[in-house]
Amino acid sequence: MKHIIKISLLALIFLITSCGGESKKEKEGFSYEQKTEKKAAPQATAKKESKTPASQRVDLDNKGIGPVKSVTISEQINTEMASTGEALYKQYCMACHKPDKKFIGPAPKAILDRRSPEWIMNMILNPEQMVKEDPLAKDLLVEFNGSPMANQNLTEEQARAVLEYFRTIK
Amino acid sequence: MKKSIKTILCLSIGITMFTGCKQNTQAPSNSALASDVASKVYVAPGEYDEFYAFVSGGFSGQMSVYGIPSGRLLKVIPVFSQDAEKGYGYNEETKPMLNTSFGFIPWDDAHHPELSQTAGETDGRWVFINGNNTPRIARIDLTTFETAEIIEIPNSGGNHSSPFTTENTEYVVAGTRFAVPYPQKDMSIKEYKGNFKGALTFIDVEEETGHMEVAFQVLMPGFNYDLAHSGKGKSHGWTFFTTYNTEESNTLMEVGASQNDKDYIAAINWKKAEEYIEQGKFKTIPAQYAHNVYDEKTHIATSEMKKEVRVLDPAECPGLVYFLPTPKSPHGVDVDPTGEYIVGNGKLSADLTVHSFSKVLAAIENNSFDGEAYGIPILKMDEIVAGVVEQAGLGPLHTEFDGKGNAYTTFFISSEVVKWNVGSWEVADRAPTYYSVGHLMIPGGDSKKPEGKYLVALNKITKDRYLPTGPELNHSAQLYDISGDKMELLLDFPTIGEPHYAQGISASKVMNKSKKYYPIDENAHPHATKSESDVKVVREGNVVRIYMTAIRSHLNPDNIEGIKVGDKVYVHLTNLEQDWDVPHGFSIMGAQNAELLVMPGQTETLYWEPKQEGVYPFYCTDFCSALHQEMQGYIRVSPANANVPLKWSMGDD
Repeated sequence: MKHIIKISLLALIFLITSCGGESKKEKEGFSYEQKTEKKAAPQATAKKESKTPASQRVDLDNKGIGPVKSVTISEQINTEMASTGEALYKQYCMACHKPDKKFIGPAPKAILDRRSPEWIMNMILNPEQMVKEDPLAKDLLVEFNGSPMANQNLTEEQARAVLEYFRTIK
Repeated sequence: MKKSIKTILCLSIGITMFTGCKQNTQAPSNSALASDVASKVYVAPGEYDEFYAFVSGGFSGQMSVYGIPSGRLLKVIPVFSQDAEKGYGYNEETKPMLNTSFGFIPWDDAHHPELSQTAGETDGRWVFINGNNTPRIARIDLTTFETAEIIEIPNSGGNHSSPFTTENTEYVVAGTRFAVPYPQKDMSIKEYKGNFKGALTFIDVEEETGHMEVAFQVLMPGFNYDLAHSGKGKSHGWTFFTTYNTEESNTLMEVGASQNDKDYIAAINWKKAEEYIEQGKFKTIPAQYAHNVYDEKTHIATSEMKKEVRVLDPAECPGLVYFLPTPKSPHGVDVDPTGEYIVGNGKLSADLTVHSFSKVLAAIENNSFDGEAYGIPILKMDEIVAGVVEQAGLGPLHTEFDGKGNAYTTFFISSEVVKWNVGSWEVADRAPTYYSVGHLMIPGGDSKKPEGKYLVALNKITKDRYLPTGPELNHSAQLYDISGDKMELLLDFPTIGEPHYAQGISASKVMNKSKKYYPIDENAHPHATKSESDVKVVREGNVVRIYMTAIRSHLNPDNIEGIKVGDKVYVHLTNLEQDWDVPHGFSIMGAQNAELLVMPGQTETLYWEPKQEGVYPFYCTDFCSALHQEMQGYIRVSPANANVPLKWSMGDD
């Protein structure tokens, strides 16, 4: 009986010391498969081509789903329209989209290199249907944690101005 | 022998089953199983009801909105009572709505909704309702379904015969139920007779904005003024008020106020009143009453104390008021769609007395008076009665019309609705109610154009109608189909508080004007934060203002430090959403307050006095998105003498 107690005590001491030893190596907090920026989006709805995150994928042919069927873009940036767009962007969009870095949603920086103008405007004007039916928008919703793209009820003219502003951030 | 026993047994079981079934249905013989009742009230998922019903919340102080025929509750609109669910009367913006000459009052007893009218038809702009206890009238805007304005009624002792409209909403009226000393003063209650007065108030409604203003009061004898309705068509320009306690009793009223065989309907010629006002025949009397207006652009209510009121004395204004003798303490006074017939619902009688407006005018013309009361001529009853609906039931209270020549009257004591013909005065049909019906409602039933398809009975007693819920039961309402010759009971549904009265209107007159959100660029709240780049926390002495924004799915800032015990903290939360049905809620642990519920584009303010140091969570209380549960933050409260700097942030920036 005494032996058993002694062995137990030893085991206990061993446990305590081993715990103490390990805790020295630990950092503050903990990490458990935390997502890194480089990792691809969860694969739930992703298809073959979607190994690249949706936010970095390039698709200039997809016009999206919504009221905008075609947009004409002039050679020169219309600076007056762009500044109107910038003001609108600051008021209605900035809460979730920083111009040049990922925030709640993706950054619009150089977005015209990745998306068609029609797609951009349809995403602004018709986000509910876009995230349900457009393959890119669907993947974006997943990539950004299911955070919904809010419909801010911009007019088509306002959305066009925001698009012109996007041309200025490259 | 055995066989016969079996037969008897079978038969008796069969009979029991039959009678059992019959008892269970509790339905009148002409209903329920006879036709497909369910399909008449079935509004398929995603479909809309045909009518809105605005139902008084009674002692809840609010107004509820139901869809008809489904009986589905669509909304409860906070009016006279604080509503923790919506933060109404709790947030800084709406507290002034409940201000009165007695200070802030968190409750009232709401009785009679009344829709605005144009040319005698409901127009879907506003619905008014009266607060009975601390006399007030509220106007609810039907683009937002929010209380837009509340005006207190001076010199009133209980605002019951209110707020009935005139044909073009020139006025809504507010008559006092209880006579009170005039002006209010300390005096013996026993000196009631002759010294107490009853003020009938005409409130001007501005045509464009709906803004209310007390136009004038008619200072009446100290009777009790129970209900009212204005004339229409040929009787436009007149308003009729029922009276009881013409005995001017001040105690044991259930006996004392029921001695006279007849009381009166007071007929007020308000066009005449306008002439007297024009001629300056009014007295301007000092008064104290609050006028509270909610501004949809600043999202803030303001309260202003009014100081005087114009009063007309009938004894000095001939032709302004006449008394129409009407049997037994009439409750409702209801004018038919043509404006010719004025129905007196003598609640202690079995009969309904119907006066003819043409005969009233003739009697006035011929000076056919039966004396006077306090200088007001009493018309000879024989000369003004058009007809009597005899022995129709017990305890008639209120009548509405179907626009097809029929009237429907509730009988409280015999618990039924009785349909009768206007003109022949014959009873055409009767239907029981469950139980003890007060008012009834037919959409447009008190207007020139009733939509006589449905009738809603608003009952006082529920008893066994629904699953028992302890001693208190929600009051029941019953929906009847009145499109045929016979009334058909379709549906039974519970209501909130007490459904004193209701008004109904075709959904098409309202739904397309309904607002979906408040445009953020029109937000003129002095503490609005219209862009996340403008969020900040500002300290002025011990007052700290937090300018916060909400959008799916974050509150900005979400980490706040530098708040101290004893600070007076105002959280001004602006909802940046611009989409329909995306409100955000807000609450802080330990705040002795309700939540905020901020509509898209709106700014609301939560007041909080932190009492204990610590770090407290705050969060969005209205499930808004997949990341709603993440819509949260922390606020650090330091000791009163701490030097923790004011800091706020969201994210890494």
